[in-house]
Amino acid sequence: MVPLSHILLLSVILFTLGAAGFIIRRNVITVFMCIELMLNAVNLAFIAFSRRLPSLDGQLFVFFVIVVAAAEAAVGLAIIVALYRNRNSLAIDDVDSMKL
Amino acid sequence: MELLLLLMLLPPLAGAALNGIFGHRFSQRLVSVIGCGAAGLAAVFAVLAALTSHLGPDTPPFVHSYFTWIQAGSFRSDFALYYDRLTLIMTLVVTVVGFLIHMYSRGYMEHEGGYYRFFCYLNLFLFMMLVLVTAASYPVMFVGWEGVGLCSYLLIGFYFPRKSASDAGKKAFIVTRIGDAGFTVGVALLFWSFGTVNFPELFPKIAALGLGDQEHTITAACLLLFLGAVGKSAQLPLYVWLPDAMEGPTPVSALIHAATMVTAGVYMVARSNVLFVHAPEALKTVSAVGCLTAFFAATIALCQNDLKRMLAYSTISQLGYMFVGCGAAVFSSGIFHLMTHACFKALLFLAAGSVMHAMSGELDMRIMGGLRRKLPITFVTFLVATLAISGVPGLSGFFSKDEILAAAYNGPLGSPWLYWLLTLTAGLTAFYMFRGLFLTFCGKSRVPHDLEHHVHESSSKMTVPLMILAAFSVVAGYVGIPEVLGGSERFDRFLEPVFGGSQSLLTSSGVAAAHTSSELALMIGSLTAAGLGILLAYWFYLKSPEIPEGIATAFSGAYRTLVNKYYVDEFYNWLIVHPVVVGSRKFLWQFVDVGVIDGAVNGSAEATADIGQVLRRIQSGNIRSYAAWVLLGAVGWLGYLLLR
Repeated sequence: MVPLSHILLLSVILFTLGAAGFIIRRNVITVFMCIELMLNAVNLAFIAFSRRLPSLDGQLFVFFVIVVAAAEAAVGLAIIVALYRNRNSLAIDDVDSMKL
Repeated sequence: MELLLLLMLLPPLAGAALNGIFGHRFSQRLVSVIGCGAAGLAAVFAVLAALTSHLGPDTPPFVHSYFTWIQAGSFRSDFALYYDRLTLIMTLVVTVVGFLIHMYSRGYMEHEGGYYRFFCYLNLFLFMMLVLVTAASYPVMFVGWEGVGLCSYLLIGFYFPRKSASDAGKKAFIVTRIGDAGFTVGVALLFWSFGTVNFPELFPKIAALGLGDQEHTITAACLLLFLGAVGKSAQLPLYVWLPDAMEGPTPVSALIHAATMVTAGVYMVARSNVLFVHAPEALKTVSAVGCLTAFFAATIALCQNDLKRMLAYSTISQLGYMFVGCGAAVFSSGIFHLMTHACFKALLFLAAGSVMHAMSGELDMRIMGGLRRKLPITFVTFLVATLAISGVPGLSGFFSKDEILAAAYNGPLGSPWLYWLLTLTAGLTAFYMFRGLFLTFCGKSRVPHDLEHHVHESSSKMTVPLMILAAFSVVAGYVGIPEVLGGSERFDRFLEPVFGGSQSLLTSSGVAAAHTSSELALMIGSLTAAGLGILLAYWFYLKSPEIPEGIATAFSGAYRTLVNKYYVDEFYNWLIVHPVVVGSRKFLWQFVDVGVIDGAVNGSAEATADIGQVLRRIQSGNIRSYAAWVLLGAVGWLGYLLLR
């Protein structure tokens, strides 16, 4: 058996990588990929716990997360396309007109 | 009876409403029909009520409650009306004199602006005054009290574009307000001490008390109520509004400031006779104030050159007489004088209005003279009224003044001092009234050339009421012929059910003054004073006109003091008005209103804006910083949850 802590550690590392990338990266699509990475890290954690505890709830919730991630990806990519068509740039720093 | 009283009250109110709301579209004819018609109906129903009231000597007063007005805990005040013999007299005086003045105004106000507004206010005043005299409780009386104060303000300031007129209106209202404050506190004190302020409940309660029970409370309440009367009836020290009130149209001066509103104070004291007799100290205060006021005002009237001002001070003086009558606990004498005074004083003012019309608005007696040739009817009626007010035998004023002088000397709380000062005042009254008559109507004409052409007798719309009032001024006194002259004092006996109990309480308990004197002797005293006054006036102003000028220059200090009304207005200005204005401007306005309140409001707005300025830096538009904040928040929250 792989110890639980290993899987959780991996999950944490993945999440941190995703969060860091989310903040650091300039390209919008890369940011999106980081978001997906964070979601998948969370999925991993859920599976780990589901395996450890005699409970299927974790795996069930993973289904939800995957569905939501997919929907969100669809919508998000549509927004990105619209954004690109308007500004001709995929740099996230160029989307700054909603400021006071 | 309850219907009749309602029918008496409603026409003036309806007339005021109709003229007020729709009057601007009515013709002058329609406005006067509504206005005078309403007053006429009120008079008719007052007479009907008087005739059908069947108030025998032992009949209890008629009380009817129309609807519950205030009900708060144990305090209950209904809109209830009270009708006894005193009410009968007051309603007749108010409605009949009021009606005559309404008729006079048809002619007087014909060429002035705001015709419908005038009649609206006049009708409203009539309604309020009737509420005052028929009220069955102090709160309802106060409604009428304040209502007449309001109408007085509106009518004094009728020519409001003129600053002096609007100032006079404000002055009247504010000064009487001081009195009203006293009145309100007095009523509250009565409620607190006796649990009721309705006359049918309160008076029997107090009448059942012995003399001396609860004397301090009752005295305090009476003095406070009297303060209200001091304001409303222009006694010392709150009389200053009445001379200024002459800014209003002359019918207003006649109705409100001669015949009715200013007599409200006297009526109130008479109505509360049950309370006052249980507080002899209060009654003595009433007499003292009345006597001093009578004398004081008469001295000022001596040197006035404006016809209406002189009449105004004369009114203040005569009101003092009425209060002395009440204060000596012979309330019927005060009411008797009220009744006769209403007739001849209204007549004097209306005649003055006629003179004013002839003189194109000029009222300075120094440039009149010889007007009797061109204004015969006005002259004769003015002469009748002057004879009446001077107490010349045969006319109404003689009988009522004589009764007051007798009361001052012989009454339960009278004193010789009162009598002598009042007699001196009577001499002064005769003097200045005849001075006015001679300066205005007799002698050579001093009218300037440009005004002379316009001098003409007034139309019958104005002279007929003058003549009717003159007739009343003669006969109104005959209801109270004293026994010494063979009469039966019917007036006093008529009001005996109202006042008798109070008077006998004082006489029987030995509080009554011990000095009496033959009424005949007193009469001779006053007649002598009046006669001297008239002769002196004749000598000074008809035979040797240089004498008054000589005296004025010889005693110029005293003369100037009197002409300037003892500088009382200037004193009040210095003492009260100026500090209040400066305090309001410097402290209340600049510091509290602008500094504190505006400062707080504006300051909190500015503080909010400043905080907002700081917070807006979070919304930078930079998505990565938003992301960073979200992450930071999530980490912080999670940390808090895990570590607590």
